[in-house]
Amino acid sequence: MPGDRQKRIRNFSIIAHIDHGKSTLADRLIEYTGIISQREMQNQVLDNMDLEKERGITIKLQTVRLVYRAGDGEEYYLNLIDTPGHVDFTYEVSRSLAACEGAILIVDASQGIEAQTLANVYLALEQDLEIIPVINKIDLPSARPDEIKREIEDIIGLDASEAPLISAKEGLNIEDVLEYIVRKVPPPAGDENAPLKALIFDSFYDSYRGVIAYIRVMEGKIEKGMKIKMMATGKKFEVIETGVFSLDPIQVDYLKAGDVGYVAASIKDVRHCRVGDTITDASNPTSEPLPGYRKVNPMVYCGIYPAEGEKYEDIRDALEKLQVNDAALIFEPETSVALGFGFRCGFLGLLHMEIVQERLEREFDLDLITTAPSVIYKITKTDGEVLMIQNPANLPPQQEVSIMEEPIVEATIMVPNIYVGAVMELCQERRGEMKDMQYIDENRVNLHYEMPLNEVIYDFFDALKSRTRGYGSLDYEFIGYRQSNLVKLDILINGEQVDALSFIVHNSKAYARGKAICERLKDEIPRHQFAIPIQAAIGNKIISRETIRALRKDVLAKCYGGDITRKKKLLEKQKEGKKRMRQVGSVEVPQKAFMSVLKLDD
Amino acid sequence: MGTIALYIHIPFCQKKCNYCDFNSYSGKQHLIRDYIEALKKEIRMNKNVLDSNKISTIFFGGGTPSILEGDQIVIIMDTITKYCDIEENAEVSIEANPGTLSHDKLAKYYDSGINRLSIGLQACQNDLLKTLGRIHSFEDYLENLKEAREIGFSNINTDLMFSLPGQSKEDLEECLERVVSLNIPHISAYSLIIEEGTLFGDWVDNKTIILPDEEIQLEMYHSTIRYLKEKNYIHYEISNFAKPGFQCRHNMTYWHNEPYLGLGAGSHSYLNKKRFNNVNDIEKYIYLVKNERTPVENEIDVSDKDEIGETMFLGLRLIEGISVKKFIERFNASPFEIYREQIEKFSAQGLLEYDKANIRLTQRGIDLSNVVFREMLLD
Repeated sequence: MPGDRQKRIRNFSIIAHIDHGKSTLADRLIEYTGIISQREMQNQVLDNMDLEKERGITIKLQTVRLVYRAGDGEEYYLNLIDTPGHVDFTYEVSRSLAACEGAILIVDASQGIEAQTLANVYLALEQDLEIIPVINKIDLPSARPDEIKREIEDIIGLDASEAPLISAKEGLNIEDVLEYIVRKVPPPAGDENAPLKALIFDSFYDSYRGVIAYIRVMEGKIEKGMKIKMMATGKKFEVIETGVFSLDPIQVDYLKAGDVGYVAASIKDVRHCRVGDTITDASNPTSEPLPGYRKVNPMVYCGIYPAEGEKYEDIRDALEKLQVNDAALIFEPETSVALGFGFRCGFLGLLHMEIVQERLEREFDLDLITTAPSVIYKITKTDGEVLMIQNPANLPPQQEVSIMEEPIVEATIMVPNIYVGAVMELCQERRGEMKDMQYIDENRVNLHYEMPLNEVIYDFFDALKSRTRGYGSLDYEFIGYRQSNLVKLDILINGEQVDALSFIVHNSKAYARGKAICERLKDEIPRHQFAIPIQAAIGNKIISRETIRALRKDVLAKCYGGDITRKKKLLEKQKEGKKRMRQVGSVEVPQKAFMSVLKLDD
Repeated sequence: MGTIALYIHIPFCQKKCNYCDFNSYSGKQHLIRDYIEALKKEIRMNKNVLDSNKISTIFFGGGTPSILEGDQIVIIMDTITKYCDIEENAEVSIEANPGTLSHDKLAKYYDSGINRLSIGLQACQNDLLKTLGRIHSFEDYLENLKEAREIGFSNINTDLMFSLPGQSKEDLEECLERVVSLNIPHISAYSLIIEEGTLFGDWVDNKTIILPDEEIQLEMYHSTIRYLKEKNYIHYEISNFAKPGFQCRHNMTYWHNEPYLGLGAGSHSYLNKKRFNNVNDIEKYIYLVKNERTPVENEIDVSDKDEIGETMFLGLRLIEGISVKKFIERFNASPFEIYREQIEKFSAQGLLEYDKANIRLTQRGIDLSNVVFREMLLD
């Protein structure tokens, strides 16, 4: 039987489309329940990473326990688990949802339901959560709350009649949300006397205390001194500390069924604290671990290599540390003739990749070379062997390849009517096949396209946004592999093939891509004392070529008294520029050249 | 007692040439009187340096030093003579612009002790002179030259330019022939350098003028060298050619990386392991000096490494290159030790050649000298 306190716990997340006000509402809830005073409040407190602040997005899961005295006079413990909102982070969202009983669905009163909103709602429904709609930004002149309520009811099938109408920015009606949570989100079930069963929904590496597990206790009780067992690995640990999050961690003596908090148990190795795993009592273990949840496969890969003077081991250590908090990140060692030893890293999407890159550079102070994102291709050889290839260098020779397949996604694009043409054009450019078009209401359309993933991962989202003036929204999901007319594009500098610059592209795009790369390299590689041919090739066939003229003249006609300091500075500056070079045969290629080709943002 | 070179900057011009990025100004001639007073004062302010060093060469550069009246140069020379210990047979040069010379001026210059004249001709074809924005014609040059010789000047330099927009190889050849036929003992032949902030800089950007192709530029340079060599000029520095005995001693100070003191607005100095320069602005210079304040605005220390690197890249500008013996005397180490890798690399690439006594650039090395110079700078 749940204790009285347990009945007054509410575990919930906030899910929404980007920019509909998730983080602002979280801030207001924190402020309202008084954890910190308004003066101490720094906007969007939960986004405590600089990077997150800069981009206005949430990357990391953060958890906070709010204490709220409700209208009925009782004190409630509201555990808010913040979630990222980008289409890449479906996995993070589903993890945090697994720790909850309810989810606040925020809908922007002027924008209404968008593609991503639906995606997250389905995730929450999968977890059997109580979804409570809240309509935000009613302060805007374009707000149409009644219409939105109807939309919610029609499209999702939720009763929105009691949905609080709020403005998180203005702090309007925040109390309504809190009451709504108390009323509608069910208290957690679970028997505090049963054997311990706690879900690890996140973890975090602390240099003093080791790996800290974020847990939701489903059954039983966990407290200091207890011997616990990780059910996936069987490893045992002694609990040093249990606590809850009140913006900053606060120690408590125990956590019981229904509670959300953290446990520190001198866990040194991140692999012993697996997100998704169940913690149980070593001396009285539960028989069944909690159901694992969907493990998402990376969609996008890139190569990460140490820049000049950077150490491979430092990158490996940093990636390992990041992986603790980011189970979706995968990496494995890889080598490139041009770039040396590095890693092939897998991400949920382009944003995920950019964020990891930036975190490596900032948090770990690493100087990196990153190669363009690529996807995993499925290659069937003539002898029947099936290979999953990420690195073009690992492609078997042309004659041994029977079938080449690429990953296909179903993309759902929601867009106002007037942009349908532009979107259709864009998708066609990206080899998309339209599957369906639905009118959501008289103004908006939902387009369903099947598209190759590698057309989506570069800058499709940006292009979509720009062609739809920001109104377009995108969600995508992997649906399988399909055969495709793919080729391997090689780049040769002065006759030498540069592995790091090889691409797998669709045949229709090969020439344009090859030409663009050759031109880019021609601009970026400085002249040498000999002419340098730059070529793009498919197999033995050269499909594009540029030549860098030989340097014949580099001389200063005048150098007298006043010139000396100035000219010396110029020489030094040019010399500095030469430091960041990679040798490709007898050609010095600036790092910048690799980067600009490998990123290839048009 | 050490020996230094003395440089005096005269930043006044009648009109700024289209390619010029020196510290020079047109329309400020009204400041000349005050400027000269300031120069005199600056000389006195440098008492310490001048007391402990003999002057081996004096150079009036600009701008247009010959914009000064004869008397004005005399005043400055008198002050220098008063406060400096000038070596006997010191080389005393003045840069002159053909549009600004006269018989009278030249006579006064000569009497004041000036014994070398550097005349900026640049080109013989009047249309090219116009493109350059010069204020004179070729005929002006011929006349000034005649006057100068009449007065007694024999150590004369003429500046020429090539790689000019609209200039053909024949134009250049014609020019060289004419100057050589005039028996000018020293010729400086410069490939045009386009500097930002000049009219030429803008004109190249907006394609008002088109420069000759890089290959043509190289050919012009090479044919200049060939021709002047044929005519018994010694190609002694990248851009400088002289009959035996007529090398410019003042400029040798720079290429040998030896000390010099600069006076006047925007002038540079290298003394006691420091490089420093005066403020560029004429008014500011006058103001500071008038108020007994130093006109120096930048000062950097030259470390041993700096000095070695500078000695190398400046010394390699001389065609005979670096003297191994002198290097060892100066630095107590052999250039072959310090620069072993570079010397090996560049000699393998055909840019440097060496023997026990000397390290120098090959002809190809001259064309690509910056490639070599960059590697001579020590970190």
